[in-house]
Amino acid sequence: MSAVRILLNGEPRELPHEMSILALLERLGLDPRTVAVELDRVVIRRPRYGETAIADGAEVEIVAFVGGGSTLS
Amino acid sequence: MTDPLVIAGRTFPSRLVLGTGKYPSHGVMKAAHEASGTGMVTVAVRRVDLHGRVAGDLLSWIDTSRIMLLPNTAGCYTADDAVRTARLAREAGWSNWIKLEVIGDEQTLLPDNEALLDATVQLIREGFVVLPYTTDDPIVCQKLERAGAAAVMPLGAPIGSGLGIQNPNNLLLITERARVPVIVDAGVGTASDAAIAMELGADGVLMNTAVAGAGNPAMMAEAMKHAVEAGRLAYLAGRIPRRRYGQASSPVEGLVTPGAPARS
Repeated sequence: MSAVRILLNGEPRELPHEMSILALLERLGLDPRTVAVELDRVVIRRPRYGETAIADGAEVEIVAFVGGGSTLS
Repeated sequence: MTDPLVIAGRTFPSRLVLGTGKYPSHGVMKAAHEASGTGMVTVAVRRVDLHGRVAGDLLSWIDTSRIMLLPNTAGCYTADDAVRTARLAREAGWSNWIKLEVIGDEQTLLPDNEALLDATVQLIREGFVVLPYTTDDPIVCQKLERAGAAAVMPLGAPIGSGLGIQNPNNLLLITERARVPVIVDAGVGTASDAAIAMELGADGVLMNTAVAGAGNPAMMAEAMKHAVEAGRLAYLAGRIPRRRYGQASSPVEGLVTPGAPARS
């Protein structure tokens, strides 16, 4: 398996091989229950993290809730 | 209280909605939430910090058994960004409710109502319960309501400004004609501002900076609780009409020295 280059939260990253979203979250030390994930601008449902592969060139966004009221300038 | 706030069929124990940002610490935030009696707080959706610090423990400081999380699209400047953020917020697993913000300008942070309406229509089509943050424009509020918004959230003044209710007449026009709850969002500086919003017929008030930035956030949260309750009661009780001249509240008959002194 060859390395995979992705854009993760806007930053270029290289993964050693193709992997699922679940594997990426584990690699990053993130609890799947506390984040939401977008792959190429499409939200991926949580039950599908394990079966959804991140291909070369993919754009991945991982978000979580943070403190906020309204728009912070 | 037998007069609860109901939005989209869900009942809330308080008419006060708070934020979760800008507090000096999570502990201070929690104390303020408790003192306020709030049943709903807003949270923002942001990229996870992949360089060390995990900001993820916010939720452990919120009693989600009593307080509903209302995700927002704060920081979105286009309808597309707001819709994207709303979809992510829903997937984060708390609910399909969204406090929809589409900001038009970095300096004023005022809403872009045209984009807001577009995003509202789109998200309702996707099954969201949408609470749009808008300017205090009665016509825009009506359009949002017709589009299916579960509540409308007109501002009192720009976000974080603390200027209070800048256009009471507009707010009155909105509350008199709305058939969905009106939550005044943004602009509150101190307790009297919240009371004024409620006296004008608002169904609730949302604030963040006024509490989080106060010298004593928990004490201010308690003040806001009382202000919202007082304003609501005054609204329900029905205020007296304004008069430009005095009107005695003691009887005029039987005065010891009848008659007012002659004006020279």
